[in-house]
Amino acid sequence: MSADHIPNDEIPNGDAKDARAPDPAPATAPRQRQARTDLRALDLRTLGRALIGRQAGIADRIVPPSGATARLTMFTAGVMAFLAVFALALALATGRLADRWAEGLAQTLTIRVSAPAAELDAQTAAVMAALATIPGVEAARELPADEVGALLEPWFGPDVPVDALPIPRLIEVRQSAGFDAQALRLRLAGEAPGAVLDDHTEWRRPLIGAAARLRILGWLSLGLIAAASAAMLTLAAQAALAANGQVIRVMRLIGARDLTIATAFVRRFTRRAAGGAAVGTLAGMAAIAALPDMQAAGGFLTGLGFAGWGWLWPLLVPVIGAALGFAATRAAALRMLRGLR
Amino acid sequence: MIEMRDVAFGYRGGGDLLHDISLSLPRGSFHFLTGPSGSGKTTFLRLCIADLLPTAGKLVAFGQDVAGLGRDAIASLRRRVGVVQQDAQFLDHLPVAENIALPMVLSGEPVDMQAIRDLLAWVQMTGHARALPPALSGGERQRAALARAVILSPDLILADEPTGNLDWDMSMRLLQLLVELNRSGKTVLVATHDLNLIRAAKQQVSARVLRIAGGRLQSAGAEL
Repeated sequence: MSADHIPNDEIPNGDAKDARAPDPAPATAPRQRQARTDLRALDLRTLGRALIGRQAGIADRIVPPSGATARLTMFTAGVMAFLAVFALALALATGRLADRWAEGLAQTLTIRVSAPAAELDAQTAAVMAALATIPGVEAARELPADEVGALLEPWFGPDVPVDALPIPRLIEVRQSAGFDAQALRLRLAGEAPGAVLDDHTEWRRPLIGAAARLRILGWLSLGLIAAASAAMLTLAAQAALAANGQVIRVMRLIGARDLTIATAFVRRFTRRAAGGAAVGTLAGMAAIAALPDMQAAGGFLTGLGFAGWGWLWPLLVPVIGAALGFAATRAAALRMLRGLR
Repeated sequence: MIEMRDVAFGYRGGGDLLHDISLSLPRGSFHFLTGPSGSGKTTFLRLCIADLLPTAGKLVAFGQDVAGLGRDAIASLRRRVGVVQQDAQFLDHLPVAENIALPMVLSGEPVDMQAIRDLLAWVQMTGHARALPPALSGGERQRAALARAVILSPDLILADEPTGNLDWDMSMRLLQLLVELNRSGKTVLVATHDLNLIRAAKQQVSARVLRIAGGRLQSAGAEL
């Protein structure tokens, strides 16, 4: 039989008659007392057992059941995990967004050629000629009139008479490794003074900055959720410890080590935190999966959620929840026990 | 087993409750500790299990100076001592049998169901194995506490006013159990102010009677 659990059917029932006598030998016979240490150390192994251990045993049962507190702890852990999944999705999505903007915009640049009508063709040709000799230019093309018209359509409406307007020529350049924007600027200044190179830096930088801040906000939210969860679990553990003062006193009186007592509480709260966080995580993942189609939702929301292997990231939330429950309860329990002899 | 040399103890903010205590509890002895309420009997027992530490002098338990014991060593010490308190404390949500088994669990030993059955029979509580402690009477609680105290076959039994809440018949029953333990070689120290209990015990066992008076320990055998 296990050392820490007495099956109910092995407890003597009340039908047996009291024995007459007092041969306390079975109880009082000298027993080889090994210096067997109570190995319920509060380490990662204990955390693992707290999560997946099948048999709770007396080490768990020494703490009286506390239905309402347990449910509240699990509920709070679940809510925190739900929020954590969204914060994680936000952090990952904004990260991807920033990367995509940075990559997409960094690979292209635009040359705007503004010159009197008589020189426009010549300067455009000079620009194209220069681009043909500049290293790192993967492709360059002058935007045809219909594409320019499409760009202007949001402001001027359809049927823009592009030819009738003094619109600069636009040349889209796709760059590759080794491209030197400064060298191109110098060439353009000499060969096509009406050409202006726009490498999108001015408006790319704030966009990337905004995305980066959103990403930081996401991670900060995750950190705050973790801190709030740890605080909540600490409070719950302290309340449980305070409410079970008699249990602790009895255990100390009969020779329980601090770790044994603390483990009982740690195990319980770790399981509650892990269980609640698992449910909250699944709910959060389901909510993310059920978000409206991102393309239809508009450009900003594009990519909010998890992609591919990214769906595995939320699965860390219950593990982190369990670790928080473990650490917070362990600290609270040992702190309280140090106050007792 | 327990050696005290010039031990003193005082609670914070007060003077010495006990002082100049020198005593040896040899293996297999039976001692009564008596004295008026508040004289320091319970404090004396708490010193023996390192629940309190002497403010002066030296207390050696099982060959170890308690002043130098760490928390785990104190826990080990307590597993070698069976304690029965006046207000026997249990884990109220566990059945009596599991409460009795707790010291076994804590010591890492396999739970010996036969030993628990024998103990329950010995204290005449077989019928209460599944009962929860709050359902027990005072006498039953004391006997269950005694069963828990001896489950690991400790060398030393400390009982603090074990009959304080019991009628005479139940007191005699409990005393009989303590005497049996002593006859099996255990060292027993009973703190009590019940002189009739001491007189009854002395008819059954060779017991030394100590009295705490004025914070000092005196031999009181002649008065009994």
